[in-house]
Amino acid sequence: MISSPTAAELRSALERFDTMDDGDGRRVFLSRVADNARALLAREATLGATAEHAEQARLTALLGIEGDVETLNQGLCDALASGTLAPRDPAVLAHLRASAIDRIAIDQPTYCGLEALMATRA
Amino acid sequence: MDIAAALARLAPRLSPRASTALNAHRLSGGASLETWAFDLDDGTPLILRRRPDNAPPRDTAQPLASEAALIRAAATTGAPVPVVVHVCDPRDELGEAYVMRRLEGETLGKRIVRDAAFDAVRPDLARRCGAVLAQIHATPLEGLPALATSDALGELARYEAVYRETNAARPTFEAAFRWLESTAPATVPPVLVHGDFRNGNLMIHPQGGLVGVLDWELAHLGDPAEDLGWICVNSWRFGQWRRPVGGFGDYQALLDGYAEGGGREISLARLQFWQALGSLKWGVMCLMMYSSFATGADPSIERAMIGRRVSETEIDLVHLMDLIA
Repeated sequence: MISSPTAAELRSALERFDTMDDGDGRRVFLSRVADNARALLAREATLGATAEHAEQARLTALLGIEGDVETLNQGLCDALASGTLAPRDPAVLAHLRASAIDRIAIDQPTYCGLEALMATRA
Repeated sequence: MDIAAALARLAPRLSPRASTALNAHRLSGGASLETWAFDLDDGTPLILRRRPDNAPPRDTAQPLASEAALIRAAATTGAPVPVVVHVCDPRDELGEAYVMRRLEGETLGKRIVRDAAFDAVRPDLARRCGAVLAQIHATPLEGLPALATSDALGELARYEAVYRETNAARPTFEAAFRWLESTAPATVPPVLVHGDFRNGNLMIHPQGGLVGVLDWELAHLGDPAEDLGWICVNSWRFGQWRRPVGGFGDYQALLDGYAEGGGREISLARLQFWQALGSLKWGVMCLMMYSSFATGADPSIERAMIGRRVSETEIDLVHLMDLIA
């Protein structure tokens, strides 16, 4: 589930930035952040739907129930919080690993944690 | 408020040979605190730290007078910290503020881990960080300003409460809270913990190495391993993930330096517990900052985008959950 912020929230923040006064001192700093946001949205447009479908399929297999990705993700959170699923259950970890890899590819593909994770899995 | 004018009036109180202040300019950085660089006309380079007018109160941050007192207390151990020159009072008309000597060097982590200028000091930096942390942790607690005390389970509970308040549904965080709760180290007698000892808050000189530990805002009493774990969080290795200590050194060098500096025995397992908790804390902080966008309190693109840094802490936490026995 791709949220916090959603793509729609990022777009609205970008629209607000685009109407910002040129004289605002924070504009130079924020324009770099805005460039990053546009690049992120482009990656999400390409990768987001596939990532969410894969996430939904994994969650269905893990929890043994059907549902939309938001409901299933909440179900996993609840199962972990209540102790129904153990935090380092191999099936749980496999799902979290796959989700983290898909998310970083959208959010921050150059983040070195991805390389670190892949290197120790090899 | 005219900071430059107030500093010019303050100058004679900062040095008997000074009559005014020059070159006052605000440095980028901290949203919660302002940092100004300026010089006295006798040539003394100084820094002003001040809380901005109308700054929202932060329950985790020290009053600046306490921060100054802590820096002075840590200095008595020989730890490299800026010399506090003056704590401002109302007649200085600078609000809540203090003045310290300006150190020469670099704080940008990206340069410290990569630039050739730091090639000479980088190999010994992790050991030096360990030795300096041992000094800080040896600061006598008598006479310190009132500080919060925390331990592993207390920190976990505090950050879990913040996470719950954001209403986010992040299974990696749910797993990490339960995992860390089950592996939390026993509480040890508390020491003065810097609380934000990481690459980015350390002044590094190309020849002198670590010459100043900065940003004491989050200092508290707690487990010394908290500071050793925090500097190993992957989010401040600046791409150099194979060098766990700040992107420039190895665990063993940090621990060796700590022991040589007289620090109590800390196992790698305890350090890595705090490193993992550090990633989790940074992830929750990112969510919290995103929340200020979601509620409309700060609608800037910067606050929105920081929410997308949560996934960096998730990938690091998954890695650690996989790696640590």
